[in-house]
Amino acid sequence: MRLYFEVARKTFARIATYRQATLAGVFTNTVFGFVLAYVLLAVYQERETVGGFDATDAVTFTFVGQGLLMVVGIFGSTDIAERIRTGDVVVDLQRPYDQQAWWAAVSYGNAAYYAIFRGIPPFVIGAIVFDLRTPSPPNFAAFVVSVWLALAVCFAWTYMLQLSAFWLMDFRGPYQIGIFVAQFFSGALIPIVFFPSWLETTTRALPFPSMMQLPIEVWLGRYHDAALLGVFAQQVLWACFLIVAGRFIMSRAVGRIVVQGG
Amino acid sequence: MPTTTHHISDNIIDVAGLEKSFNVTRKAGRLRRRREVVNAVAGIDMQVERGAMVGYIGPNGAGKSTTIKMLTGILVPTAGWVRVDGLEPNRQRTELARRIGVVFGQRSQLWWDLPLRDSFDLLRHVFRVDAARHAANLARYAEGLELGPLLDVPVRQLSLGQRMRGELTAALLHDPSILLLDEPTIGLDVVSKEAVRQFLVDINRELGTTVLLTTHDLSDVERLCQRLLIIDHGRVIEDGMVADITERYGAERTLVVDLVEPGPPLDVAGATVTNVDGPRQWLRFRRHEVTASELLVRVSKLADVRDLTIEEPDIESIVREIYTR
Amino acid sequence: MGDRSPPTSSSAFAVWRRLVGARIRADWQYRMSFFLFLVGQALIASLDIAVIAAIFANVDSLGGWSGYEVALLFGLGGVSFGMADLLISQVETASKHIKAGTFDLFLLRPVPTLLQLSASEFALRRLGRIIQPLIVLAVALFTAPVHWSVETTLLIPTTIVAGTVIFGAIWVITSSIVFWTVDSQEVASAFTYGGNVATEYPLDVLGIWMRRIATFVVPLAFVAYLPAARMLNRHDPLGLPSAAAWAAPVVAVTAWLAAHAVWGFAIRHYRSTGS
Repeated sequence: MRLYFEVARKTFARIATYRQATLAGVFTNTVFGFVLAYVLLAVYQERETVGGFDATDAVTFTFVGQGLLMVVGIFGSTDIAERIRTGDVVVDLQRPYDQQAWWAAVSYGNAAYYAIFRGIPPFVIGAIVFDLRTPSPPNFAAFVVSVWLALAVCFAWTYMLQLSAFWLMDFRGPYQIGIFVAQFFSGALIPIVFFPSWLETTTRALPFPSMMQLPIEVWLGRYHDAALLGVFAQQVLWACFLIVAGRFIMSRAVGRIVVQGG
Repeated sequence: MPTTTHHISDNIIDVAGLEKSFNVTRKAGRLRRRREVVNAVAGIDMQVERGAMVGYIGPNGAGKSTTIKMLTGILVPTAGWVRVDGLEPNRQRTELARRIGVVFGQRSQLWWDLPLRDSFDLLRHVFRVDAARHAANLARYAEGLELGPLLDVPVRQLSLGQRMRGELTAALLHDPSILLLDEPTIGLDVVSKEAVRQFLVDINRELGTTVLLTTHDLSDVERLCQRLLIIDHGRVIEDGMVADITERYGAERTLVVDLVEPGPPLDVAGATVTNVDGPRQWLRFRRHEVTASELLVRVSKLADVRDLTIEEPDIESIVREIYTR
Repeated sequence: MGDRSPPTSSSAFAVWRRLVGARIRADWQYRMSFFLFLVGQALIASLDIAVIAAIFANVDSLGGWSGYEVALLFGLGGVSFGMADLLISQVETASKHIKAGTFDLFLLRPVPTLLQLSASEFALRRLGRIIQPLIVLAVALFTAPVHWSVETTLLIPTTIVAGTVIFGAIWVITSSIVFWTVDSQEVASAFTYGGNVATEYPLDVLGIWMRRIATFVVPLAFVAYLPAARMLNRHDPLGLPSAAAWAAPVVAVTAWLAAHAVWGFAIRHYRSTGS
């Protein structure tokens, strides 16, 4: 356990040196936040609420969402897939630690940094111009827990996608598709409450809302008591399912390598 | 009647008072930064005649690649006067690019996933060489460097030695008047190194192409260069014919003896003690004057020797040597 | 000593054509990958239209524009963006080259660095990004209340070409920042990808200050909004005459000249300070 904490800590330290990149990222997140917020506000010129969200909810959703993009890691990464493609993964597999846990620790290390330095600024800047909803302390605590879980779900998903590199010469096709599906159905592009109700219902049965939509809804204070626990449970279940699926696929992949005499 | 302070010369590289300084911000403590001026090149004069083969050596960080970058126009000098093949690199970079061939040992100028032949063809268009001339050059170099079977292989599948031969060809296809080489033999096996060196000698002799070579490999220098420029801390500290320099510095070796018991510096004919550390003594001697075994005999007469090694001079030690003298 | 005619811009483009041709041929070797990627790119563009569809599932008009009218915006902007992505987005790789030290190799060749960057990472599969917007544009032209005339017919290709150049200029200018702060490439995304999102919606919806910036500083208004407004005979709330749509080519040329100047300035800076 200690090892994984160290991995996370080192990842945090490493990414903290990229100050310029962080600043650039904050700028871009903020600009996107503004554009998307204005678009959604235009919708609210026509209607009071959409899917239970009012204008303030929607704009808050946008800025919290922009901050969460990097924390949750919705854009994925190709580090694992690259190591598989180049064959370096063989070295990793010989090490005495769990692959998935290692990469999860890396994700959490990144997330900790991003949460502070890319999560907060866009929201603060957005709050200057727009009327944003801030959560009560209990809601915020619940939000933190939910983000923690969301990360697990998102990580497990992107981990699985990258494992396709074991089977495909060029993993990028399926990987990209998987990432975009996740982005769309997680609410990263537009709150899923904007979907037609049949689509929203279907989407909520999928793991993707657990990655972004649900945590942000927790921030907005839409869940209390039992409903809140229900959200956590949903996230936990999806995280477990995807983690186990990932482990299963990995074991098949490793078996294949061994058979090929790698 | 001279119209400038520098007379027109037949030198292909003519450099006077070349300087380059960088403003660097360094961390000073947890949050503050300090601005420093780093003088990478602190005043260099250099004249290279057409057709010469010159070595340009020095330790890491001495300013070699900074100089090369200024000669090619990649970097703008902070001060000084530069003419390469009659052109000013800073202002006439693209024109100069047509007359220079460059080979980087560690970076490739070829297109990674295309066959070697395609890279050559693309370069033909980049440098606008007419087809007949290009074909003739390619035929000649492909034969000289034995590239025939490799022409249809993607560059990424070539071994380092094969790739270097490709890079050399690529650099020469447009008939440059100067060839700049940055560590061309690094990482190559002995056979490839010799092939590259022989090729360079032939090119210089047959075409009169001027060659400027930066390298850490002393044997490259010994084999290829008539003249040597040594740079350290941004200045030329030695400029002369290779024979003279190796005679002066490279002829010296050091016998390192571990005596059974520590003692005062040995007074031995033919050698000078440069360092004493307990029972270990460093004895510098000239290889023409006395052989290592001779010296050992003389030393043994003065003290009991437990162990010994012989240090040969390398670029670093020669430079250190030159710098401390 | 070989053919040494003085450089003309036409021959520089000839070199670019050859480099690009070599890349296309190399990519074509991996056909499966190529088509998969093409599809992937088409899907990316589909996400944006899916978002617009989701919006219009809830309202009939956005800022006074109907769904089909917004589709016209999406189509015009999307095709321009896709073309710029194909031709000049490779300028984003400058950061990677600077860090690896390989940017110097570009400076050692007698070909403009922008052309070399464009050619070195040229990927025909990026055309996939144009498929969706093209389809949407075609549909929009049929369904939106476009005032058809000779002028409108001419305006469409003019707008797309101008839009491509404008996005290209934005790409170049914003990516130049990496010559000063090498890790800041993402700033450009705010203006390129962010700009693309902004052009998909009527500029009416943005706050006044943002609208002004998007018209006079980063001329996104000329990519889709003003031309579409003219085609649809709508008035611009900022008060620009609808004939401003025809200023797009002038704006594009100005933007490109600015891009050229900024890039040249950036290269000069790089050559003074090194990497």
